[in-house]
Amino acid sequence: MSSPPPNSVSVGKLDPAAEPPVSGPFDEAPLVARAKAGDMSAFSDLVKHYDRRVFRMAKQITQNDDDAEDVLQETFLKAYTHLGDFQGNSKFYTWLVRIAVNEALMKLRKRRSSRTVPLDEPIDTGEDEVVREIAVWDENPEQQYSRDELGSILEEAVESLKPAYRTVFILRDIEEMSIEETAEALDLSISAVKSRLLRARLQLREKLTRLFKRKGDDAFAYL
Amino acid sequence: MTRLLTCKRFLQELTDYLDETLDPEVRSELQRHVNECPNCWVICNTTEKTLKVFKGMEAKPVPEAIQKRLLDALEKRIAERGPICEKKPQA
Repeated sequence: MSSPPPNSVSVGKLDPAAEPPVSGPFDEAPLVARAKAGDMSAFSDLVKHYDRRVFRMAKQITQNDDDAEDVLQETFLKAYTHLGDFQGNSKFYTWLVRIAVNEALMKLRKRRSSRTVPLDEPIDTGEDEVVREIAVWDENPEQQYSRDELGSILEEAVESLKPAYRTVFILRDIEEMSIEETAEALDLSISAVKSRLLRARLQLREKLTRLFKRKGDDAFAYL
Repeated sequence: MTRLLTCKRFLQELTDYLDETLDPEVRSELQRHVNECPNCWVICNTTEKTLKVFKGMEAKPVPEAIQKRLLDALEKRIAERGPICEKKPQA
């Protein structure tokens, strides 16, 4: 009797109850190799390890739960369909993020008129106006809030940014991609990424300073 | 006048300063400025803290119903297309 072809291994039901392997640092490479060889349980582990981050990113970019779910599904369906083409030149997660960002931006573009495509908006690079709050923070101000409250504060702050700034901030400072990876994922130049990132960081600093500044520092200014 | 210009320059370089991607010479010049300018020190310090707060946030699990629909969609795709076939380099 001949052996089964390699692609027929482990093609079983994807078990939603199965926990992804979380002990120790996550090493995606062996799972990617197994998934490429046809092991669906390995692909399922990758889905369960990354689905929450893809979903969060999709929600932050689209700001819509239904769109975020569509983005989540499309991202993993495309990843599954094209995994055979994944050459491993970047991390699997970076590749996944690129798919997710494209899907999320397509959703945004569909929702807006063609005259206001968010990533094509002219970017004001003047930094002066975004530095109004100059006050030191309380020691560990985040501890004044519950985890959920703080999560909501941060989500709201990110969602208040313009899409062009928000997307760059999410990739660089939340997903911790490099400047180069962010530029590649968004098809932007390095200098455009840096300029948008600066703007996003300063705007978020401004918003959080209003909440976290040390009491009595309202009139704090040195100049 | 010089100080205002330097503050503006400091802000322009803030991203690279925080990401530690500047040439050592430029970095030490900015370091000197931030040590002498209280406003820039506060902006730098609070921007750094802003980034730290965001980095500490873990993504919440995907709601069960959404995860189930995702896995169902994948099952369906697998049934339609079969398992992943890795492309072999052409001979």
